[in-house]
Amino acid sequence: MSSIKPRGKVPKEASAGEVIEIKTLLRHPMHSGRVKDAEGNNIPKNIIESFSVNFNGSRIFSVNLEPSISSNPYIVFPFKVSVSGTFDFLWVEDTGQEYKMTKKITVS
Amino acid sequence: MKKGRSIEINRRSALALLGAFGLSVASNRPLFASPEDVEAIISDITSGAGAPMSDFYLDLPEIAENGNQVKVAFEIDSPMTNEDHVTEVYILADGNPAPSVAKFTFSPEMGVCAATTRMRLAKTQDVYVLAAFNDGRFGMAQSTVKVTIGGCGG
Repeated sequence: MSSIKPRGKVPKEASAGEVIEIKTLLRHPMHSGRVKDAEGNNIPKNIIESFSVNFNGSRIFSVNLEPSISSNPYIVFPFKVSVSGTFDFLWVEDTGQEYKMTKKITVS
Repeated sequence: MKKGRSIEINRRSALALLGAFGLSVASNRPLFASPEDVEAIISDITSGAGAPMSDFYLDLPEIAENGNQVKVAFEIDSPMTNEDHVTEVYILADGNPAPSVAKFTFSPEMGVCAATTRMRLAKTQDVYVLAAFNDGRFGMAQSTVKVTIGGCGG
């Protein structure tokens, strides 16, 4: 599963009070468990169940994902910055497998 | 943040479609959710109170050519202070195998209540955005998406 790779876009710099837009995408098939492969075998369910974001250690945003979310789950959300810090992004698969990404922002 | 167009409420096309499919679905294992399933979930979330229609900004296509990747974006007017903010937003769809699509949990630190994602739509159906506020209020908006090619495989 080395093809599963988180991507994110967070501005490197912003001014205090600014609302930034954070874009994230995880390459993941989001197998709903309802699709058959070319041989007619059921592809087992395998989805990302949750996505969460911490800023400087405290939770700011999270999403519970169901099989109706498209493959390569793409999530965009706003955040009003006041201080410099670090975003920790975490995706958790239904197998318990975790995928992580870290982004920093400098606020002036 | 980008503001989507305000969506008018229209269930007519979905109801017409359900009428057409009603018999075939009723006789088999239910393959798709129904507006009743969505109502049951809304009732569950709101402890039976239901949610009044609200003027949230929804950005959903009127026609989706590919039901595998349908963009859904929302923005809800809220000061996002500790005293007054949106706590959760649910996306529900009444024509997919399961009506729940996603649940977003917000914090006042975000400053703005908005998000964008992409969802699968198996067929033409209504999509609902249900918001829960910290003071126990709820609000909801709804939009019909016509789907040309369904997005749940099988």
